[in-house]
Amino acid sequence: MCLAIPGQIVEMLDGDRHYAVVNVCGVRRKINIDLLKNEHLLLGDWVLIHVGFAMSKISEEQANEQLNLLSMLNESDEAIEEVQGYQFDNEKV
Amino acid sequence: MTTMKYVDEFRNPELIRKISEEIHRHVDPDYHYRFMEVCGGHTFSIFRFGLQNLLPENIELVHGPGCPVCILPMGRMDNGLSIAKQQDVIFTAFGDVMRVPGKHGTPLELKAKGADIRMVYSPLDALNIAMKNPDRQVVLFAIGFETTAPSTALTLMRARELDVPNFSVFSNHVLIIPAMQAILDSPDMRIDGFIGPGHVSSVIGARPYESIAKKYQKPIIISGFEPLDLLQSILMLVKQMREGRFEVENQYSRVVPYEGNMSALDVMKEVFEVRSLFEWRGLGAIQQSALKLRPEFAKWDAEVRFQVEGARVSDPQMAPCGQVLKGILKPHQCQLFGKECTPEHPVGALMVSSEGACAAYYHYVHLQEAVGE
Ligand code: SF4
Repeated sequence: MCLAIPGQIVEMLDGDRHYAVVNVCGVRRKINIDLLKNEHLLLGDWVLIHVGFAMSKISEEQANEQLNLLSMLNESDEAIEEVQGYQFDNEKV
Repeated sequence: MTTMKYVDEFRNPELIRKISEEIHRHVDPDYHYRFMEVCGGHTFSIFRFGLQNLLPENIELVHGPGCPVCILPMGRMDNGLSIAKQQDVIFTAFGDVMRVPGKHGTPLELKAKGADIRMVYSPLDALNIAMKNPDRQVVLFAIGFETTAPSTALTLMRARELDVPNFSVFSNHVLIIPAMQAILDSPDMRIDGFIGPGHVSSVIGARPYESIAKKYQKPIIISGFEPLDLLQSILMLVKQMREGRFEVENQYSRVVPYEGNMSALDVMKEVFEVRSLFEWRGLGAIQQSALKLRPEFAKWDAEVRFQVEGARVSDPQMAPCGQVLKGILKPHQCQLFGKECTPEHPVGALMVSSEGACAAYYHYVHLQEAVGE
């Protein structure tokens, strides 16, 4: 659970709700972006995701490195499973 | 030479080779180096890539306590499970926790006996379950270092904002700096330097390590997770020692800002306070090493709501998990390793998570040995 998952922001949800939709290897999922509120995230930005929250803003290059690392560690499937597993996706939390 | 056998599968074999050679060139051949990688993600990566094979024989990597389920003492598991057994409770936990044995079995086993125990991927999932089940008590068994604590904190702030009365958190969040200090204070351990955790540091930044580097005169390199990152960090450690420096250096600056993540630190401060004492598996009770909910959040604190006893259950007599956690024993030196204790049937938590030293060792080193390498 230490290995963060890289995703690209493809949609910003309404401002005060603090959520964005990310694309992780073709899977779209809602995540919380409150922990990066000082980063002023924009569409197209890359973030590292951990337990449903964006933790760090990273470069596209770093995102690719991280994806590559996950696949070398045989952890890509787990990463996608985790992202797909977020149940708060369509809810009002 | 075994060293180069693995190199070609790397993304940048040339660079890897170069750094490996540079490490060989810089080490003092008469000294036995002991470097600890604190983070379980690093342990996993080191085993997966067989990095030990790229290092001189006199550099020993000691696997540290940075896998949150591994350091959780059995008493905390039992406390959590005693809540899970209560009527009307939905008990939620991350996947790794589900297979950690308590005195009377794992959460998964308890689930099979009828307890409502659910795996979640995010603390927000647990809050969501609470909102959907207003007539049930939903408890999140929260674990993790500073990487995960801000997410739990934000979830609690959200629970307060939405006024969700049937949600609570059983906090087992722990802090990395006191753990490193406890290791250095421990008389039976000798560590020359640390490979510092990557993602924990993206939250706390590089600064908190400086007092350790100075007080104990140990170099600390905050490192990324790729083979190249880890080798570079080891080279930096060796160089510091050679030059008689004891500094904090940030090899992972592409993700870790020096100051850390202010928003994350702020929410942690708002929700949590430091416990005076917390029991760690293998390391014993460490002062100021864990987080509990502030009194303002008592309404959502499972320890208040369910009156959890401070149960201290020692680990199975036969199992020297604590020794392995402290790097005194290597996983395969445990009598149970690969026999009674396997990833399918873990006796200790280090065999559960892929970031635990025993599981990592089992999956990779064991495999390599099995095919005669
Ligand atoms: S092999 Fe099992 S029992 Fe032995 S130290 Fe590792 S986790 Fe503990």
